[in-house]
Amino acid sequence: MTLPGFPEAAPLAGLVGGVLIGLAAAVMLLGLGRIAGVSGLAAKAVGLGGSGIASGGAWMFVIGLPLGALVVMLASGGIDATFASPITLAIAGLIVGIGTRLGSGCTSGHGVCGVSRLSARSIVATLTFMATGIATVAIMNSLGLEVL
Amino acid sequence: MIRTAITSLISGTLFGAGLALGGMTDPARVRGFLDIFGDWDPTLAFVMGGAVIVMAIAWRLVPRLAEPIFAGQFHLPTKSDLTPRLIGGAALFGIGWGIAGLCPGPGIAALVIEPAAAAIFVVAMLAGMAAVRLLEGTSS
Repeated sequence: MTLPGFPEAAPLAGLVGGVLIGLAAAVMLLGLGRIAGVSGLAAKAVGLGGSGIASGGAWMFVIGLPLGALVVMLASGGIDATFASPITLAIAGLIVGIGTRLGSGCTSGHGVCGVSRLSARSIVATLTFMATGIATVAIMNSLGLEVL
Repeated sequence: MIRTAITSLISGTLFGAGLALGGMTDPARVRGFLDIFGDWDPTLAFVMGGAVIVMAIAWRLVPRLAEPIFAGQFHLPTKSDLTPRLIGGAALFGIGWGIAGLCPGPGIAALVIEPAAAAIFVVAMLAGMAAVRLLEGTSS
């Protein structure tokens, strides 16, 4: 399925993927009473603070992420992915790590769980990181810094 | 707590599958979504939309449950103040997200797709988290 005017877009796969992510977060919320925030759970798993779940549970969630991607990869015969250079990935990773701890969450905790709860903090955080993400890509592209 | 472990593993696996299926493990596609002034790829709007709709329904079920299905009580965020720390942190996170097209979930999920590249991102991310922890003491 394609979207008129956007030949690159995969709206149906996106929607199905989004529903799976929503179900995943719903399992965490209704099953364990917790937010499926990846940055918080990753921090908790390695002993860097984060949510109050037992670190064993945090580890299981974190291990599930590549496991789920592996299932899709095996079922679909491969996943397209184009990554930035190692130095760019290192700089970006560092900034993401600092930003998610200061900002108490990332795309999952704020963008999915918080926005759907109509949390003011999460809506403001999501609008903020969307805005700086858009600005970063626009600036990099205008400077010819297309790292991918 | 075996129920915590199994529920967390199911959630994480569904989450990782959704990220991969929705295209979020492809940094080029994520940056295409953020490139609204250029060659915009709206796919991730469908990912976010699908996830938010399902979760909006899940939130409506919470008041009907006295407690979570596999746990004693809900542990939900209670803060409501809009602090410089929240906004500054989110702003920084967005910059990092835009630079490489990866946020924490897809970075970790991509460990099976492009192991070396994803590992660099994840290790750097954990270093950033550790830096915040060090600078603030262990209070946060």
